[in-house]
Amino acid sequence: MATQILMPALSPTMTEGKLARWLKNVGDDVRAGDVIAEIETDKATMEVEAVDEGKLARILVEEGTEGVAVNTPIAELSNGADTSAPAARPAHPVAAVPAPVAQPVSIAQPMTAEDKDWGPTAPITVREALRDALAAELRRDPDVFLLGEEVAQYQGAYKISQGLLEEFGPKRIIDTPITEHGFAGMAVGAALNGLKPIVEFMTFNFSMQAMDQIINSAAKTLYMSGGQMGCPIVFRGPNGAASRVGAQHSQCFASWFAHIPGLKVLAPWSSADAKGLLRAAIRDPNPVVFLENEILYGQSFDCPTDEDFILPIGKAKIERTGTHVTIVAFSVMVGVAMQAAALLAEQGIEAEVVNLRSLRPLDTDTVVASVKKTNRLVTVEEGWPYAGIGAEVAMRVIEHAFDWLDAPPVRVNGADVPLPYAANLEKLALPQSAWVVDAVKKIV
Amino acid sequence: MAQAAETRKRGKTKQPAIDRDQLLQAYRMMLLIRRFEEKAGQLYGMGLIGGFCHLYIGQEAVVVGLQAASQPGDQIITSYRDHGHMLATGMDARGVMAELTGRAGGYSRGKGGSMHMFSKEKNFFGGHGIVGAQVSLGNGLAFSNWYRGNDHVSLTFFGEGASNQGQVYESFNLAALLKLPTVFVIENNRYGMGTSVERASASHDLSKNGSPWGIPGLQVDGMDVLAVREAGEQAMAWCRAAKGPFLLEVQTYRYRGHSMSDPARYRTREEVQAMRSQHDCIDNARHRLETMGVEDAAFKAIDDEVKAIIQDAADFAQTSPQPDESELFTDILLEG
Repeated sequence: MATQILMPALSPTMTEGKLARWLKNVGDDVRAGDVIAEIETDKATMEVEAVDEGKLARILVEEGTEGVAVNTPIAELSNGADTSAPAARPAHPVAAVPAPVAQPVSIAQPMTAEDKDWGPTAPITVREALRDALAAELRRDPDVFLLGEEVAQYQGAYKISQGLLEEFGPKRIIDTPITEHGFAGMAVGAALNGLKPIVEFMTFNFSMQAMDQIINSAAKTLYMSGGQMGCPIVFRGPNGAASRVGAQHSQCFASWFAHIPGLKVLAPWSSADAKGLLRAAIRDPNPVVFLENEILYGQSFDCPTDEDFILPIGKAKIERTGTHVTIVAFSVMVGVAMQAAALLAEQGIEAEVVNLRSLRPLDTDTVVASVKKTNRLVTVEEGWPYAGIGAEVAMRVIEHAFDWLDAPPVRVNGADVPLPYAANLEKLALPQSAWVVDAVKKIV
Repeated sequence: MAQAAETRKRGKTKQPAIDRDQLLQAYRMMLLIRRFEEKAGQLYGMGLIGGFCHLYIGQEAVVVGLQAASQPGDQIITSYRDHGHMLATGMDARGVMAELTGRAGGYSRGKGGSMHMFSKEKNFFGGHGIVGAQVSLGNGLAFSNWYRGNDHVSLTFFGEGASNQGQVYESFNLAALLKLPTVFVIENNRYGMGTSVERASASHDLSKNGSPWGIPGLQVDGMDVLAVREAGEQAMAWCRAAKGPFLLEVQTYRYRGHSMSDPARYRTREEVQAMRSQHDCIDNARHRLETMGVEDAAFKAIDDEVKAIIQDAADFAQTSPQPDESELFTDILLEG
């Protein structure tokens, strides 16, 4: 009787991986705990340990196969004495599941003169965009350095800093102990003395440990010093829900940070957002909170290839033009809004999707101009509704375009609960495109 | 700690070699700080200074001794009990006092107050109101020296109360790992607000608090400016030789309350009086100067000069205008 060995999921968001190497051959004895294979994902290389004992009877997925979906049988173990099984190799490699790629985006008309045409583009992942931005700014300015947990030798917990240690060395790519309060404060001190630190929080959940240094030291010193002492620093890392990691590792801190005068807060969606805004954040003389999203890291988008590509802070982007309703979103929710807009288009409703990009400062002009055209507003955010970004956007629209509104603004947001672990409950807690469609149909 | 005991002994019994003029300078600075703080207390009583106001009276030898041991380019950062540190770095008494009164002529143009003043020019990095936060920041100043490869050190001051904060130990670890030139200075004035060090800290020798990370420490008599200076020189030499951080526990005493309103029920009047009459750092320095042959006229001249500076600062702090209302919305962000 054979036991199947399945492709394991080795991280919360892993859906597929590359079977990089078999460490056992057909016919070898395998004991529980033996490392039998190596798997690579876009985040890391990991070892597969055997759970059962037996003889490796068949290898079902050849080494080197890319895109092996989680739970695909990759080998068979025979129990006990049966050693006669031939070293069969699979006739048909398991079909790779395609990586999630964002829908092609209809590029909106430039809203202002500040939107520059950067020429040719090429698809890159958000992860590559972030790494390229870091590398470009590290090359450009010797005062820029990166510190955080696992950023150097491990190449980044999410592989954002892959290759940077090799190029820039241990003085500029610095592994820290797990000590957010201490290293964030150290980085703020270095920034007060003129250096330009980039602090990576492995996730923003851990930034709470450093909150005092971000708010009380980084954001306020310029004001408290009467303009003498600025703090050019970037705090970056993944924000928001990942997948199945429970309440303490899944939350959106956008409205927390956006509340604070003295901070700038950015939330990129696409690769171009990620690259252009991270470069702008690093060059900015103020403390910038840069909210990335783990779900987006592996997604590909077209991004300008121009070496000087950079985006302005404080400018929203119309990702899709429409006339019936304005959907305002940021970060991963822009993708949800775009899916909803596509669904709505099938039903004859043309939604305009505004990607905020910058949460503080907020591009009120672009949002208000859009609402004045569509007369309806739906906001979409992953975070909680109470005092959220949606509430702020809706209030600004009420202040500046009340007479243009044909219906009350509607908020789509994460459920007002700590994020549950159970798959079905988690799904019910996070905004989906169908929710956005429903919200739009309430007011159109 | 044998080394610490030795330092204390040296401080008390044997005269470290010091130039008479240097001691006179230290005496003058300690006196300037004391008279400044007395005046600040007066202005507070008159309602000209608001909010919190933490006076440094009694502790003057700590910052003056360490400043005497430092070199130009070294950074200083401290807590909210910061007026003395500012004056010791050479910041102008007028600008400090005018900040206390919240006027346009203050170092932060009235927007920081007693606890939040800075001077890039004098390498004074504040002035921090959250207990212990300046320790991580001071480590960052040391980091900037390490990163730039210069031989400056960061003098990072905090109280024995702050020494119980978690980020202090995070900073010890980081400083020791990276070999940062941080001189951690615990100003042990025995009381964190109203809680005595014995009731707050299970560690009885705070100079050993860095020992798990291999950070050398010394206990120093903080009422003796020369002992502080000597210990500071040792600590800074260690840091400048790229050996990593150093910890000084400077044992001192504040004569006044924690802030202005302080019931003072946590210690006896006799305890305070005994410190003032037997251990005062300014009296100590004066006695030593007298044995060196400094005459009354010289002390009188210093007194008069200090008095004039403080009176001028107090006048300035009362006549400098309040900040323009437009200042409310400036200095929030720098232009990109």
